[in-house]
Amino acid sequence: MADTILVVVEQREGKLNRVSWETITGAQAIAAETGWTLEAAVVGSSVGDIAKEIAATKVSKVYDLESAKLEPYTPDGFVAALKPFIEQKQPKLVLMPHTYQVRDFAPKLAAALNRTLISDAVGYKYEGGNLRFTRQMFQGKFAADVSFVGDPPYFATFQNGAFRGDQVAHGDAAAPVETVNLDVADGVVRNKPEAPFKEAKQAVDLTQAAIIVAVGRGIKEQKNIELAQQLAEVLGGEIAASRPICDSGWLPMDRQVGSSGQTVAPKLYLALGISGAIQHVVGMKGARTIIAVNKDAEAPIFEIADVAVVGNLFDIVPPLIEEVKKTKGA
Amino acid sequence: MKILVCMKQVPQKDAPLKLNEGGTWIREDISYEVNEPDAYALEEALRQREKHGGEVVVITSGPPRAQQVLREALAKGADRAIHLEGDGFVTLDAFNTAKAFAAAIKDESFDLIFTGLQSDDYGFAQTGVILAELLGWPHATIIMQIEKSDSGIRVKRELEAGFFQFVDMPLPALLTIQSGINKLRYATLIGIKQAKNKPLKKVSFDEVKLALGENLQRIEKLYIPQKTKKTEVLQGPPGEIAKKLVDKLRNELRVI
Ligand SMILES: Cc1cc2nc3c(=O)[nH]c(=O)nc-3n(C[C@@H](O)[C@H](O)[C@H](O)COP(=O)(O)OP(=O)(O)OC[C@H]3O[C@@H](n4cnc5c(N)ncnc54)[C@H](O)[C@@H]3O)c2cc1C
Ligand SMILES: Cc1cc2nc3c(=O)[nH]c(=O)nc-3n(C[C@H](O)[C@H](O)[C@H](O)COP(=O)(O)OP(=O)(O)OC[C@H]3O[C@@H](n4cnc5c(N)ncnc54)[C@H](O)[C@@H]3O)c2cc1C
Repeated sequence: MADTILVVVEQREGKLNRVSWETITGAQAIAAETGWTLEAAVVGSSVGDIAKEIAATKVSKVYDLESAKLEPYTPDGFVAALKPFIEQKQPKLVLMPHTYQVRDFAPKLAAALNRTLISDAVGYKYEGGNLRFTRQMFQGKFAADVSFVGDPPYFATFQNGAFRGDQVAHGDAAAPVETVNLDVADGVVRNKPEAPFKEAKQAVDLTQAAIIVAVGRGIKEQKNIELAQQLAEVLGGEIAASRPICDSGWLPMDRQVGSSGQTVAPKLYLALGISGAIQHVVGMKGARTIIAVNKDAEAPIFEIADVAVVGNLFDIVPPLIEEVKKTKGA
Repeated sequence: MKILVCMKQVPQKDAPLKLNEGGTWIREDISYEVNEPDAYALEEALRQREKHGGEVVVITSGPPRAQQVLREALAKGADRAIHLEGDGFVTLDAFNTAKAFAAAIKDESFDLIFTGLQSDDYGFAQTGVILAELLGWPHATIIMQIEKSDSGIRVKRELEAGFFQFVDMPLPALLTIQSGINKLRYATLIGIKQAKNKPLKKVSFDEVKLALGENLQRIEKLYIPQKTKKTEVLQGPPGEIAKKLVDKLRNELRVI
């Protein structure tokens, strides 16, 4: 049997999560290098339309794994669906996006099959027949090459942004879709989830801001937020923060930028004392210009910054406020 | 409620990390602290015990230095601690770490196990979910609120982009806790004193060895990631940097 890559795309409440295109792009690249066959699967209840959407990309086949018990999503349901399917198909490699949903069930799925999962990879290397995945370690300060030991199937998930979703290759004709009706036994699904909701409407909409001054843990103390606030004011921008600042209650939650906060795309994002963890970066990498001030020359934020200021923010911000005032007043 | 909290020791956030000579790992001569979400997990366990009674047990696996994490947890109010101590534990992958925990607690009966949602150092975000699977328990991840209900517990899961979701689940259950679920307490002097007399059990590698398998993934090489973006570095005295920045903002970016 030919070696296969199986991409499990993500759907939530019947809608395809766009990040799935990135995973398919990555899988297409691996398939091209290894010569392995690429297939995809969608798991859910009445998700045939998503299967068709995926079938337009360059894949050999799409499986539509269906059961009424798969809506709403639960880890028990998804593992009950995917485990027998993977046991039967024996793909060599199973790829998924590293989303909240996938990180909720994929480690369970791999463990149930007595296999391992390389999670949150940012890329891969295929050399001498050996497939390795690259992942960030120590909050992005280092990278590591990680390989699988033992027998396939191998599981890996890709970080948001690891590949370009808009570069997914489309097939000449639609790939065949096979619907597989699954039997998820009663009692298997133990969790009873309710519908997702948003907390009370956010008071500030950072998505519209042209200038954002964002503070991270480098600001050290709550009283120092004032300094960043002043800078935001003279620049005519909004103040925002990394998660730990909001967790500590130094700024309200609706000022948080990142995967669990707002996604912003200002003309200018000025990051003060923010290390540049991926969960923060996904929320602001769309900014036109990123200026980062950090005392650590190795801080990961500098990898995406257009302008890097290596230094103590408490030395740099006060004269910056004065300069801006002077220039604006002139 | 009897609650187990898994707490990992990780390099301190501001610690200057350097590769070792072989480029295989980081140099170990740095300071360590508790993994941040694990601190929140402990706080949540203490709060649940204050509300519903019961016991809070903390567990770590790692070298002797990791005991510090347990000592701090006992000082904050945990009742007892378990240390899977030895170098053998350090290089286990998440699957084996979970297997070691499962073996170490096989004679206990917990209602809840808390882990952090992921570690700040390797961040595989798997150990808790795998442990739930090994125990045959239901789990929920990235938890921001926990309440007892008639049939078990009702938890609030964080989803992406500001969404949340309530989930009802039976006990026993495993939850992975997100930072920010509560406000952390500090250890008191009395707590630190009392901690000295609290039980701390050590489990050796040999005691759980039979439960472990081969590591299924191998970290082959650690290195400094390559830069992909062209970054302009501004240097000089702060006043000069401020001038350069303002010039940029005005004449290049045209935002002021
Ligand atoms: C020299 C060296 C070599 C290594 N080699 C490998 C290797 O070849 N393969 C490999 O997969 N890993 C290797 N590791 C890393 C391994 O030890 C990880 O710690 C392990 O895989 C757990 O993953 P994680 O830290 O990402 O935990 P996550 O799954 O991200 O942790 C989630 C939660 O689980 C709990 N938890 C996890 N670990 C512990 C712990 N030790 N004590 C208490 N609670 C814990 C915590 O509550 C934590 O918040 C190596 C480490 C070292 C230092
Ligand atoms: C599921 C999940 C979701 C998450 N969602 C988000 C999210 O939405 N948003 C978010 O931001 N994070 C999020 N996080 C947390 C994220 O992983 C990081 O922990 C967080 O972004 C780190 O915040 P920080 O950069 O402010 O702090 P740190 O990582 O502690 O960095 C502080 C930085 O300040 C620098 N510094 C210190 N002092 C000074 C000084 N005097 N001058 C200049 N620089 C200084 C240091 O060098 C360091 O780089 C999430 C994590 C998880 C696991």
